[in-house]
Amino acid sequence: MSDFNREARLLTTPFHSRVAAMCDLNDWGNWMGYTTPNAYFDVELEYFSVRSTTGVFDLSPMNKYRVTGPDAERYLNRLITRDVTKIGVNRVGYAIWCDDNGQVIDDGTIFRLGEEDYRICSYQRADDWLAWNTLGFDVSIENESDAVAGLAVQGPTSCTVLTLLGCTDLNQLKPFGIAHYTFEGRPLMVSRTGFTGDLGYEVWVPPESAEALWDQLFELGRDYLIKPIGSHALELARIEAGFLQAKVDFMPAEEIVRVGRSRSPFELGLSWLVDFSKPLFNGRAALLKEQANGSRYRFAMLDVEGNKPAEHSFILKGDKQVGTVTSAAWCPTAKANIAYAQIEMPHGAVGDELVAEIYYQRELHWTRLLAPCKVIDAPIFKSPKRWQTPAPPH
Amino acid sequence: MTDYDAVIIGAGHNGLVCASYLAKAGKKVLVVDGRSEPGGCASTREFTPGFRVSDCAQWLSQFDQSIIKDLDLKGAGLTTGKAKATISLQADGNHLILEGDSITGAGVDSADQAAYRDFKNMVRRFAKLMTTLYRSRPPKLVEQNWTDRLTLIKLGIGLKLLGREYLRDLMRIVMINIYDVMNEHFSNAALKSAIALDAVTGTNMGPRSPNTVFSYLHRATGEHLGQSGTTQVMGGMGALGRSLAAAAERQGVTVQLGSAVSAIVKTEDRVTGVSLTSGETISATLVISSADPTTTFRDLLGYDQMEAGMAKRVEHYRSRSGTAKLHLALSALPTFNGLSASQLSERLVITPSMDGMETALNPMKYRELSELHTFDISIASVEDPSLAPSGQHVLTAIVHYVPYAPDIGWDAGKPKLLNHLLSQLEAYAPGIGALVTASELVVPSELEASHGMTGGNWHHGELSIDQALMMRPFPGSTQYATAVEGLYLCGAGAHPGGGLQGLPGRNAAKEILRRGVLS
Repeated sequence: MSDFNREARLLTTPFHSRVAAMCDLNDWGNWMGYTTPNAYFDVELEYFSVRSTTGVFDLSPMNKYRVTGPDAERYLNRLITRDVTKIGVNRVGYAIWCDDNGQVIDDGTIFRLGEEDYRICSYQRADDWLAWNTLGFDVSIENESDAVAGLAVQGPTSCTVLTLLGCTDLNQLKPFGIAHYTFEGRPLMVSRTGFTGDLGYEVWVPPESAEALWDQLFELGRDYLIKPIGSHALELARIEAGFLQAKVDFMPAEEIVRVGRSRSPFELGLSWLVDFSKPLFNGRAALLKEQANGSRYRFAMLDVEGNKPAEHSFILKGDKQVGTVTSAAWCPTAKANIAYAQIEMPHGAVGDELVAEIYYQRELHWTRLLAPCKVIDAPIFKSPKRWQTPAPPH
Repeated sequence: MTDYDAVIIGAGHNGLVCASYLAKAGKKVLVVDGRSEPGGCASTREFTPGFRVSDCAQWLSQFDQSIIKDLDLKGAGLTTGKAKATISLQADGNHLILEGDSITGAGVDSADQAAYRDFKNMVRRFAKLMTTLYRSRPPKLVEQNWTDRLTLIKLGIGLKLLGREYLRDLMRIVMINIYDVMNEHFSNAALKSAIALDAVTGTNMGPRSPNTVFSYLHRATGEHLGQSGTTQVMGGMGALGRSLAAAAERQGVTVQLGSAVSAIVKTEDRVTGVSLTSGETISATLVISSADPTTTFRDLLGYDQMEAGMAKRVEHYRSRSGTAKLHLALSALPTFNGLSASQLSERLVITPSMDGMETALNPMKYRELSELHTFDISIASVEDPSLAPSGQHVLTAIVHYVPYAPDIGWDAGKPKLLNHLLSQLEAYAPGIGALVTASELVVPSELEASHGMTGGNWHHGELSIDQALMMRPFPGSTQYATAVEGLYLCGAGAHPGGGLQGLPGRNAAKEILRRGVLS
């Protein structure tokens, strides 16, 4: 088999032995070069573990960069569009970063671990862009993606399970807070963050601790109906909760080949992450111009009639095509048919009534459905537990 | 209230030209420069008692005559010498003389003479077209407005008027190298390398480097800018600087010398002035820099004061040079084989063959001293005796193929290189070594330090198509404005860049006035 290209072989995460053992369906996908389960046993049941008990998702393939040095804060403040000085020590902030044209490169979370010590957790590899950004700053960037393994532990019973694991007083941790513990003699960090829109945590350990962490979590969580979840279930949860996904809802600006295919924060409904009171950040000049002259597109969250997900649909206004859907799902808890769409301006304002052109197939029979839909102003799924401190008992 | 409408960094020729045009339009302008004399690269220095040399640029061949007229530089004391022939020295004393469209000597035959006339004719047409672009701000290809469209229309008409043959030739040769073009046109080796010299001097290139046709055409624009050939400035190049400063002051510009800018001051999201090494801060509506782009953005503004994509562009901007200056004080007029005493006032060049020039590039690239060099020699004291004590002379030579930082270091490398250069001269001017009473070799890193040019590149950035026209110095900072609010460029690092032209300064002033950012 001399033709085999070892470079192309998918990697495995530090949890792989345990993940593989529980992946009953043996249904695997390629997530950023890693072997990851699409589903373990049943997508809907996995999804409901996140909403009703606890779901565990292996997010080790996320890219992690450590940013340290006297200029770390200034460096990040120029990199991202929001004000990083407002993120305190042991706090996390959701952020996006743009190129000089004001086009979104990626989104991610910024963990402030110390005064001059941050971790960027990003969807995309960002070594090159982060390195270029160091010009003129006394800062060092370390790619610690392989040195940190991570699990998302999400759902109403997640706090209880992690407390049993030894995360004392975890219920006191506020949303976007960070707490530090020790697990089997090694550091374990918990952040109250996630991609599901409910009470949930992300647990970060050295790879050496990974298997033991998994084993103990599932052992201690058995009575709290802990389940592993794959990427399909997470996809449902994140659409329901209103989170964007890079490479699905927008193309990272640095990967764009065709002119006009990237998007600005305004076009992704992320203007709340852009802080013009900062005198300098990447994309500021271009975004100011866009603010003055208007955007090309608008991000719209659509409530679509019926129960057929509007996947890859065209969005019409009358007879005119005004947009396309990037993500869509029937959301089981909200009991709503939700779609995210890119709509050409000036259409797509909240309340705008549009039509989704949906195609679906049953036994090789295709049906075209023109489903009325309405632009809504916020995700339909809202869990008060997400924001409550102390974390509510279940 | 700000102290000035505009503060201009650098009293080089472009800075002073820009200042004069702005002041002429009624703006309050300050020019600051760390050097004690105005002119920047148009400078004269007494390098040893009694001997004064043009210690950076030594020839005036591209200066826009309309500027000389607009600013009445002649009235401000500028005098230029006669148009010079170029004499390419040959080992056997049968030298090649290039004068206007005619060439003689060095065994050139009538076929080469005819080919030279055709070549000059072609170059003249191309350079004329470039001059159209050079005299206006570079048009943007996207986001056009009527000013840009008009420039492009003029360019389009110019291209059309070239006719099919010339247009095809232009498209064909502009991206290739001077080596191939010379071999296409000529058979005489001395002729080929004499022309190739003009394509590489002041750059980091050899004759086979891409972009050398462009750098040659850039030089050839001089003829259309109203300059009748290569001349020397009487009193040395510094006299051009002084006349520009006098003209500027006459327009009401304040020229403050001996005041180096330590930083460009940014307040919130825009540039608001400069701070000086003295600690003083000067506020202005605009800061206009005639320093090279790397100095302006990296050193004076700082990478942390701009968006990262721009910092990356600055970091990628190429600004290296393989060109040094040799200065000699001579106790008497030297004798060159085959040259009369009066011919010593002409422009004398020494070049190896084109292959020799290309070979000389290699050690330079790899930080070693080359065996071969090109010389572009001026014995300025022949036409202008004021530069040296009576009966004695100064010789300056632009020497190409000198590495920026040789691995052996300049402490060890300089005496070695100086001796080697003198022995190369000795072959053409026997006995010249014995006449040398003082000598000085100014290497690219010293030109960088003395004249504030990154890499010692006197074009303020390599003259190549990717860094020219609407891309000079780099996308996002063109048409004299930069991506940083309140900061403009008016030096050779801006369009049309390179050499003693004055056009970047003039075009920048016109663009700033057109935009009305100072009203």
